[in-house]
Amino acid sequence: MKNFSGKMLFLDRSDINTDEIIPAKYLTEISKEALKPHLLEDLQLNGFAQAKDIKGKSVIITRANFGCGSSREHAPWALEVNGINMVIAESFARIFRQNMFNCGMMAVELPGQTINHIFQVFSGKETSIETDLEKNIFILKADGLEEKAGFSISDFDRSLVASGGWVEYADSKY
Amino acid sequence: MGKTVAEKIFDSHFVDNPSGDIHVISLDAVFCHEITTPVAINDLVSRNKDRVFDPDKIKAVIDHVTPAKDSKTAMQGKILRDWASRHNIRDFFDIGRNGVCHAIFPEKGFVRPGHTVIMGDSHTCTHGAFCAFAAGVGTTDLEVGILKGVCAFHYPSTIKINIVGKMQAGVYAKDVILSIIGRLGVNGATNKVIEFTGPVVNTMSMEARMTLCNMAIEAGGTSGICYPDMTTVEYLWEFIKDKYPTKEKAFEEFKKFSPDPDAKYHDVIEHDISRLEPVVTFGFKPDQVKPVKEMEKTKVDQVYIGSCTNGRIEDLRIAAQVLKGNKISDSVRGIISPATPKVFRQAMDEGILKIFMDAGFCVTNPTCGACLGMSNGVLAEGEVCGSTTNRNFNGRMGKGAMVHLMSPATAAASAISGHITNSSLYK
Repeated sequence: MKNFSGKMLFLDRSDINTDEIIPAKYLTEISKEALKPHLLEDLQLNGFAQAKDIKGKSVIITRANFGCGSSREHAPWALEVNGINMVIAESFARIFRQNMFNCGMMAVELPGQTINHIFQVFSGKETSIETDLEKNIFILKADGLEEKAGFSISDFDRSLVASGGWVEYADSKY
Repeated sequence: MGKTVAEKIFDSHFVDNPSGDIHVISLDAVFCHEITTPVAINDLVSRNKDRVFDPDKIKAVIDHVTPAKDSKTAMQGKILRDWASRHNIRDFFDIGRNGVCHAIFPEKGFVRPGHTVIMGDSHTCTHGAFCAFAAGVGTTDLEVGILKGVCAFHYPSTIKINIVGKMQAGVYAKDVILSIIGRLGVNGATNKVIEFTGPVVNTMSMEARMTLCNMAIEAGGTSGICYPDMTTVEYLWEFIKDKYPTKEKAFEEFKKFSPDPDAKYHDVIEHDISRLEPVVTFGFKPDQVKPVKEMEKTKVDQVYIGSCTNGRIEDLRIAAQVLKGNKISDSVRGIISPATPKVFRQAMDEGILKIFMDAGFCVTNPTCGACLGMSNGVLAEGEVCGSTTNRNFNGRMGKGAMVHLMSPATAAASAISGHITNSSLYK
């Protein structure tokens, strides 16, 4: 199973689309590693500096409708090769969300209020998150602050994360 | 209890219910193109699972970058070509016979009412125009589709949009769907199927219905769906005439996929288009929609007519009507890409290509190319494109460029004047 804990990247905007996550011109790459320098290259977000903000981060927290647009699985792959295996958001585009779990990654939805609260308390601080998949709890820490937030994912999504993705699951079952 | 179209299709394709409302359904067709399929093929090979569930239900095309523009895209084409050959996938469309996937596959009669279709392409929702459940998926779902002929979805919840009113002159299916996306928002239909129905849809051609369903994803929708009627039967007749004694019999069978009168919907929306004017997008999201008249000062450097949204023969006819006898502005580069060889040939036979060329357009081969900034008309930083495509995301058609989505009529008029223009000016 992949790692779902580490430092957090705050992207304070809704509707971040797949062209912003990884532009189409890189879809001719055959290796996932080649996508690494181009993650969020075209992101429109004040204060975001692609060159320094991504390095060392493991989890993204953002607003609504993350990953809208294209079906490209290159979007989760571009996250994965940068060491980011989880995105927390108020909501996701369907295909992006499914692609994340199909790759054994996590796309977790939290209520808008909780997302607001996390942005208010932690945004701008160096924040780390621990993910407890047994108790379904996130523990966020920064500057001596500590807060917990519960989450839920479906049994099916959980089994995809545990079995390392949909291909092996489906081939053994259908 | 009554069922929606998608519920009927899911229930007739049920394979498994692994947990909650997740349904694994069987697939009637898996469509493939050279951008998202080669990665799936390579992964299947590396897992020692280089198999296909049914070569006759897999259809493949090279469409995104064709002819290949460099060694990387040549390799993507080669991986798909070699794979189609070793698995005896007969419906494989290579250069000379290839066209934009969501235009060529319906044209070949591959999509029928009640079908389930997936493809590694978000605009797969287009095929719902034939009363199919058709959804874009990622590479992993595509791999499993290729290997096992199944896919997992949440059991569908549907928004029904009843399109009513009289369409004004100069207003087309593209204006209608942009107005609907403007109303729903870019995630207004996320995880939902959209049924497009009502008197306006009833009078639409299959081409116009495909334009509607094509952009369901721009509101987040899983699939757009139109109900089957005699227009559907007429379009498919050459492919099904051996199967049914009469067109009426075919319709009788198709209509069992129409929704029950007591079907339950997530939402039912009446969308009156009586006062709808031609519209364009103005920002980096497809729900940012304004009337053309409020955008008339906006200069365009390039006009692009084509794509899975608006590259079909009807679209070309509409644009040609506006262009006929006119020249495009010296400051505009006009590019037209007929979506398939059949459309290209029809446009040639009808004299439409001559109209485009006389006006000063460059006519290119069928390809997705410029729509996603991959080839064949990429924009420079700071440039503006009036485009009949489906996405105006930042950087979509070229880094630092702006895209205004519009109908073929508005695009043609804007090419003539050099700025966003209502087509009524040229009729």
